[in-house]
Amino acid sequence: MTESKIHFFPKEPLVALVGNPNSGKTSLFNLLTGGKQKVANYAGVTVERKEGKLDLGSQSLRILDLPGVYSLYPRSLDEEITCNVLLGRATGEKKPDLVLCVLDATNLRRNLRLVLAVKRMRLPCIVVINMMDIARKRGIDINLSKLEQELQLPIVESIGIQTKGDKAVREKLAAYDFKTHDNTLNSTEISDHQLIEADNTVVQGILKRMGLDQIIADPLSDRFDRILLHPIVGPIILFIVLFFIFQAVFSWAEYPKEMIEAGTDFVSQFISNLLPEGWLQSLLVHGVIAGLGGVLVFLPQILILFFFILLLEESGYLPRAAYLLDRLMGSVGLSGRSFIPLLSSFACAIPGIMATRTISNARDRLVTILIAPLMTCSARLPVYALLIGAFIPARKIAFGIELQGFVLFALYAAGILGAMLVAWILKTFLSSQKAFHPLMMELPNYHMPSFKNIVIGLWQRTIIFLKRVGGTILLLTIALWFLASYPNPPLGAIGPAIEYSYAGMLGKALAIIFAPIGFNWEISIALVPGLAAREVVVSSLATVYAIAGQASSAEEALTPILQQGWSLATALSLLVWFVFAPQCLSTIAVVKRETGGYKIPMIMLTYLFSLAYLASFITYQTALYFGLG
Amino acid sequence: MRLNQLPINVTQRVKKVNPFTLMPEIEHQLADIGFIPGEKVTVLRKNLFGGDPMMIRIGLSTFALRKQEAELIEVEDLKDND
Repeated sequence: MTESKIHFFPKEPLVALVGNPNSGKTSLFNLLTGGKQKVANYAGVTVERKEGKLDLGSQSLRILDLPGVYSLYPRSLDEEITCNVLLGRATGEKKPDLVLCVLDATNLRRNLRLVLAVKRMRLPCIVVINMMDIARKRGIDINLSKLEQELQLPIVESIGIQTKGDKAVREKLAAYDFKTHDNTLNSTEISDHQLIEADNTVVQGILKRMGLDQIIADPLSDRFDRILLHPIVGPIILFIVLFFIFQAVFSWAEYPKEMIEAGTDFVSQFISNLLPEGWLQSLLVHGVIAGLGGVLVFLPQILILFFFILLLEESGYLPRAAYLLDRLMGSVGLSGRSFIPLLSSFACAIPGIMATRTISNARDRLVTILIAPLMTCSARLPVYALLIGAFIPARKIAFGIELQGFVLFALYAAGILGAMLVAWILKTFLSSQKAFHPLMMELPNYHMPSFKNIVIGLWQRTIIFLKRVGGTILLLTIALWFLASYPNPPLGAIGPAIEYSYAGMLGKALAIIFAPIGFNWEISIALVPGLAAREVVVSSLATVYAIAGQASSAEEALTPILQQGWSLATALSLLVWFVFAPQCLSTIAVVKRETGGYKIPMIMLTYLFSLAYLASFITYQTALYFGLG
Repeated sequence: MRLNQLPINVTQRVKKVNPFTLMPEIEHQLADIGFIPGEKVTVLRKNLFGGDPMMIRIGLSTFALRKQEAELIEVEDLKDND
């Protein structure tokens, strides 16, 4: 029996944003809907459809932001999403009542071809000429009414990065009568490739008649590129920029970090004095405050890192970095398209893995997914910062370079090298045919980073982080507190009570497996809840040591406890473990969703754990050999 | 001449994009981003060590291409009316 699925769609008209990658659809979407979707100055930031509501007073509209496309012929998963929505084939979504075709005013030459393709689909369409401010500055004068006649479509202008830059679009939408236009005429024909040359001739004709056929490139971007992409100077600048960022992560964070620590101490003292000694005091002081405070302290460092990432994203430098590093990527058989997904993975592997949808080659996409977790995500930063802060002396090595920042840089580099190695192995042993890995990456014009976007980006990061602290981390910390506190030790027991608890027993059992890589039972137990999310290891260590250390030392920071309890060999081994180990359930879940099965996540878990164990083993044994035990 | 052989800062026009059997879609992808016969194309710069990748101006857009895909693009001298 066949079952036909009936969808009930909201009655509001559906308006879809379509346009070339990086033409500013998402900026416009955010303006129209008051949304806060991620924007950046490179192609392929949006890989999923995003919905928002626009309230026009008289009626409200549903606005759909779609991944950017160069044509209406899908070649990668993100482009397929756009095409399916326009054809009314997307599951759970009706055919749009209106298409807003968003064009980059500074590149009508390429952007107008897409309008012709949309027009051919016979969907009702309004053309939005975006980035009008930049075009005007560059002396590109677009006569909108003339273009309206040429295209036989209504046209409005917009400035996506300016408050109220969507005024004209709103007015046009308010005046638009959704009832008289009908989207059912839609031909299902997808634009044929024979048409692209003909379309191009039409576009050239239009531009010529409008006096816009001169090629005026952005002189400023060309001047910047002369230095930043110089074959020798360019890579040196890139290296210095990255190096500086990691130095700043340590040297700038000191003051805010001390403030958070002081705040945590105060609250912990206050509760200790307020509550009588007992399970509730222990739960709050040893569990919640020690655990959460231990993680919270690293927020400044995460924000400093993201400040720089956002700055690079906004300016348009990121794809240039990809250009400079492309040789390296190519030599291990990676597609140039892998760069942006891998780079997103430095924030978090999840958006990185989703961004692989822009890679059209299935094998390239899979390899990129497999190595994405090796990029050092921001959840590792608390772990790295804790261990580096405790074990690496804060002194300068040559040229005023801080040793701590240098070690952090080295850990990031280790992740990248590990990823390159895995990619190289996959290329050598799995590739059956002569591989072709195209790059074809657009280098957008440089933009001045917008202060507002950076503030919003940092604010969102803070919210994400606090949600994790208040959600996953809080829950696991309480669970661990329980496991570490019960059952109570038998009468007449000697040694700390925690050793008789569930957690203590489990930790001791696990420690047998982890002994060859130098992990004690406290680390072993912290790794278990740490499987859910990496930062949890920090809060777990704080909780375990707070309980083990009895009430008096609860206010004491984790750092001195680790310094006394661990050898340098153990600390180094744990650092190396975190470079490789897949300690993140959400990543595994996303890999399962994106690859459609358990096979790839299983392969990923196995290889990452093996790699982590092996690398830690080598590190620990080498360190022991050099007397660091 | 192929695009990868074009010296830096010399503007020519695209003659045609050759198909590539191992990856048929590449021909259309190149057309999508602007490699269409008659379009003006300039190599802006090449990386050290064999010029891979290279930075290309096609029409008004700037793209980074690897040597492999640049090799598929045939270019010719500009015509009088260009």
